[in-house]
Amino acid sequence: MRSANQIERRRQRRRRRRRRILSSGLYNTVMAASTADSWSWFPALALGVSFLKCLMINSYHSTDFEVHRNWLAITHSLPVSKWYHESTSEWTLDYPPLFAWFEYGLSHVAQHFDKKMLVVQNLGYASPATVLFQRLSVIATDVVFIYAVRECCRSVREEKGSKDLLVRPYFILAALLLWNYGLLIVDHIHFQYNGFLCGILLLSVARHLQGRHLEGAFLFAVLLNLKHIYLYIAPAYGIFLLRSYCFTKDNTDGSVRWSSLSLVRLIALGSIVISVCALSFGPFIAMGQLPQVLSRLFPFKRGLCHAYWAPNIWALYNVVDKALSVGFLRCLVVCALCSFMFGWHVHEKAILMAILPLSVLAVESREDAGIFLMLATTGHYSLFPLLFTATEMPTKVLLILLFTLYSFTSLKKLFRGFLLNTLEVTYLLGLIAVEIICEVVYPLLPWKQTLPFVTLLAKSVYCSLGVSYSFIRLYLSILRPTDKPKEL
Amino acid sequence: AVSSPWPVIILLNCSLHTFRFIGAGKPPMFGDYEAQRHWQEITYNLPVHEWYFNTTDNNLNYWGLDYPPLTAYHSLLCGHVASLINPDWVELHTSQGFESSAHKLFMRATVLIADLLMYVPAVVLYCFYLSEGSNRKKVCLVLCILLYPGLILIDYGHFQYNSISLGLALWGVLGLGLGWDMLGSLAFVLAVNYKQMELYHSLPFFCYLLGKCFKQGMAGRGLFLLVKIAVTVLVTFTLCWLPFLTDPGQVLQVLHRLFPVGRGLFEDKVANTWCSLNVLIKIKTILSTDTQLYLSLAATLLAALPSSIKLLTKPTLWQFKLALVNSSLAFFLFSFQVHEKSILLPALPVCLLLGDLPLPAVWFLQASTFSMLPLFLKDGLFVPYAVTSSAFVFYSVYLLSALEHSSEEELQLKSLSLLPFLSQSPGQFYLSVAAMAGLSFMSVALAPPARLPDLFPLLVSVFSFLHFLGLLLYFNVVQIAEPPSPRRKNPKKTE
Repeated sequence: MRSANQIERRRQRRRRRRRRILSSGLYNTVMAASTADSWSWFPALALGVSFLKCLMINSYHSTDFEVHRNWLAITHSLPVSKWYHESTSEWTLDYPPLFAWFEYGLSHVAQHFDKKMLVVQNLGYASPATVLFQRLSVIATDVVFIYAVRECCRSVREEKGSKDLLVRPYFILAALLLWNYGLLIVDHIHFQYNGFLCGILLLSVARHLQGRHLEGAFLFAVLLNLKHIYLYIAPAYGIFLLRSYCFTKDNTDGSVRWSSLSLVRLIALGSIVISVCALSFGPFIAMGQLPQVLSRLFPFKRGLCHAYWAPNIWALYNVVDKALSVGFLRCLVVCALCSFMFGWHVHEKAILMAILPLSVLAVESREDAGIFLMLATTGHYSLFPLLFTATEMPTKVLLILLFTLYSFTSLKKLFRGFLLNTLEVTYLLGLIAVEIICEVVYPLLPWKQTLPFVTLLAKSVYCSLGVSYSFIRLYLSILRPTDKPKEL
Repeated sequence: AVSSPWPVIILLNCSLHTFRFIGAGKPPMFGDYEAQRHWQEITYNLPVHEWYFNTTDNNLNYWGLDYPPLTAYHSLLCGHVASLINPDWVELHTSQGFESSAHKLFMRATVLIADLLMYVPAVVLYCFYLSEGSNRKKVCLVLCILLYPGLILIDYGHFQYNSISLGLALWGVLGLGLGWDMLGSLAFVLAVNYKQMELYHSLPFFCYLLGKCFKQGMAGRGLFLLVKIAVTVLVTFTLCWLPFLTDPGQVLQVLHRLFPVGRGLFEDKVANTWCSLNVLIKIKTILSTDTQLYLSLAATLLAALPSSIKLLTKPTLWQFKLALVNSSLAFFLFSFQVHEKSILLPALPVCLLLGDLPLPAVWFLQASTFSMLPLFLKDGLFVPYAVTSSAFVFYSVYLLSALEHSSEEELQLKSLSLLPFLSQSPGQFYLSVAAMAGLSFMSVALAPPARLPDLFPLLVSVFSFLHFLGLLLYFNVVQIAEPPSPRRKNPKKTE
């Protein structure tokens, strides 16, 4: 028999338990976050940057906004056979077919926001509902990027015996990737879908790191069919997959054992890539429109081939034998940088293709962290001219300060010590001087009227020094003889 | 652990100011933005004795100056800077309604600078020197206070300089908390001279200092302290009003502009008692203006009395903070001619309680932001409102583990079992936030029925009013029923 006291105490305990369950959800994740093994901080980081992106909905957007609105209109209003022939607007469809299908899918959601944006003739249409829809679509597709970052963080190596959450490599990597300045500025202000595309790239990389090569290959094939600019890094991919997946065994000295070619694997890889391309280009080949599509994708075919394939292949010739020991990711970054340095009709946004994978390397090795700081800071600063309006000026300055300060302090804390020598630091401080001279001093000088492009030139030249320097250092890191095979 | 907080502070600052700067959207081309620009024009071009008077050059009906002299001096400073950059911005008469993106940037920059110089350092110093917990908790506290959406949206969106007056008041609290009474009084007097609404905070300051003097003995040190404080206050007032003291007519006119008693009990929809009561009984029409004035005076004083008396008898920092909340909230709910923006006055001391009573504080702060929704909708700030509110609720609950601290003991209600509903607090909090979200969405997505065009603003203000009333009772109970035992969750700082 229980006494009244015991019954009362039991009742109170039950009440308290109920209360705790109600409040436990979010709180438990908080408590668990302080033990660095749980991943509850990840949604907080992702949500924070998504909030920031929502606030940028009404900022300046470039002509890329109209480009994508036009493509929504084309894919929605016209039959497939007309997609690559349509040229009412100057912004013709010049991405591969899979991206066109992506826009087609988006257009079905768009019609609930504002039907008028889907009319091809409405050139320059930018009603508030249109802006809201387009911005939200970028923010929503970024979920692919967020998932990819999570997968990359899972694959990051770390030393044992730490430490506070804020100093863990995967936390720093997540922060550097999720809050990457370049992506924020280019995607959510200037307007593009790089987050979505880089997400697929990073996911593919993560799958390779996890040993799921077929999935990685599939994802990369999809990526190529979404935006053909990734052809720049296709050689790195192709050679790596051939080398490490199709040749199943190595010789004792690490070089290729040609006899171990696995036909099954080669056929599997080949069929995945071919089927994705078939799915994407199939309808157009059937309609006999392949030449037209290719002419849209590669507007000046001959020049492009000569200009960018040559240095690319030349660069890779040096690493073809060492691909596995050098590391797939490093190869990828060098490839991307090669294309940036020597490619034809390169846009400054292409630097993101190098910076993002380099972030993964940066949290694992001290030297890479130093290179990353140089490349990221210079590369991000080179994006400044993309946002030239007065209203966006404080945003871009504050955001770059935020990202740069964070990357310096967190990587310094991770590797316990200075990562850059005096000359490098002086160069980076010089970026501030360049900005002040170009924005404040030069407009007061009389030459501004006659030579208005001097500021852009000065910034480009100054940044090119930093980017070239980083490129050379990365390249040398490949050529150096390695004693042990790295996993990346 | 975070070894040195300063890199983190700088990073937080950068990130939050990015939030504020881009979050506020486009500033309106009418309203307070034009008012501020106009004041720069007036103070820059006209001599001091004309600032508050209706003259050919200064039409008081067009955004006449109705804040105390410090605002005027600040506008003068900004006017000088503006004229250096582009004289067209402050040209007498011709610059009215001036619009350009460079000017918008300039005005936003003035708010940012005021924020950085006045408000942010006060918050940082408060969190690091006057609050408890680990370094990490203090940094989280700074983040949450600076993330408060109400201040961000009003200052950067609607366009005002509340960060200066609230910042000065916070410096006052800092001064008193650290034992520097005269500096604290000086800061607070400056705050009052910047915006007369700071008088909402004056009762606690007065009672705290008087109580402290009493405690130190009116025969010796106490009297000396009282004299020192009185002198500081008088000197500061004199210095602020110096240009106007030459002529009693000037002083009267300024006071007339600052306290327009002719304007009635309330204007528009505001979440206080009179407006909510008006839904049931039309007090505005039943009672005469004079009766309304006396009624609101009596109600305000009655509501603020218990907490002030308690503070007088027990002048500690903890009591002081609670009294600030209680007094300003009482003033908000019962005073005359209250605007919805005045909710920022109780919101500041509630921010200071975020570390001690997280759940009620977050609840109040969210309700205060929600109560200003009609204003934000008018200014086209719905998206920034939605984003900053969601961010604030999420991060303050996540970082301050607000929901965990909600058991009865933590809510300081151990001795009182007459508030049983609070034992289900986390659930009620979620429900309340969900209701606010729902109402917000409905206000923007649905059109009100034709018979009741003001339905949504009315619902918003009544909903907020109920929250404010409930929280006023709660904070009063916490302050008055403070157990005398030394073992408390938040040991107060002894003077």
